[in-house]
Amino acid sequence: MDAATWIAVVSIITAGLTISIGSIGPAFAEGRAASQALVALAQQPDASNTITRTLFVSLAMIESTAIYCFVIAMILIFANPFVEYAAAAAGG
Amino acid sequence: MDINPDTWILLDWNGWHINATIAFTWGVMAVLVVASWLITARLSDGENVSRWQVMLEVIVTGIRDQIAEVGTETPGRYLPFIGTLFLFIATANILTIIPGYRPPTGSLSTTSALAICVLIAVPLFSITQQGLGSYLRGYLRPSPFMLPFNILAEATRTIALAVRLYGNVMSGTVIAGILLSIAPFFFPVLMQLLGLLTGLIQAYIFAVLAMVYIASASRAGPHHTHDPAPEPSRNEGE
Repeated sequence: MDAATWIAVVSIITAGLTISIGSIGPAFAEGRAASQALVALAQQPDASNTITRTLFVSLAMIESTAIYCFVIAMILIFANPFVEYAAAAAGG
Repeated sequence: MDINPDTWILLDWNGWHINATIAFTWGVMAVLVVASWLITARLSDGENVSRWQVMLEVIVTGIRDQIAEVGTETPGRYLPFIGTLFLFIATANILTIIPGYRPPTGSLSTTSALAICVLIAVPLFSITQQGLGSYLRGYLRPSPFMLPFNILAEATRTIALAVRLYGNVMSGTVIAGILLSIAPFFFPVLMQLLGLLTGLIQAYIFAVLAMVYIASASRAGPHHTHDPAPEPSRNEGE
């Protein structure tokens, strides 16, 4: 296989690994945050506004780590810089 | 698939490339400016208040209350900057209900520009409030050994701000595009609805995080913190 094929194979496998491993941590964290927020809501229903708002903010911040992995996976598949490098190396 | 609105050239005029990001940013700016101008041209404090004025008042007082909850005594100082950030991002994300529109926040250049605005605004607000020396001493807290880490934190949180907003908006567009080729008609609509919700939440988070950074840099004393992650909850508890 030439260099471009190798780059494509490695990119696709790495993108899958990135998104799968990178979503495990945020998934656990979001579940934990949601369950803790539910416990807090059950104990203090009066503070539901603050708890819900804080929950949304923290969920989005936890989710952003998964989003970083998603961005990396998208870059690997659609905008891989090494593809152009290999094409330039093969062309001249 | 085209995941970047920067490469979508709408207009090519004498070598000036007007891409989708620039055009739609102008569109969002025009919507915001014309709407605010139309509404504020007919403000009244009498009995007959137009419903548009009520809407504007709700938005402005809501942003003001949120800024005050982050822990500053003078929300009016930060209202123009934070409010502009929130309104621009929220409008840019909500306008995705218009067919053919691509949110300019789905481009890394837009979100980087917004994050750099925050990076510049943090020292500006802090220096005008407590002076240059006090601001620079903030980098030496809690001990001078933390100086490189504090400088590093400035850079990483700017990158994190930019990539968070970009990734969320871009992922909505990309997932809708992928689903269009797999399961058309129904699931893309659901993902678009979810994208509207995420877009609003991301606008809120961007504004709140910018306010938290400004507040933590402007606040002297033992409450001074540099860790960006747990700050919203901690500040809202105060």
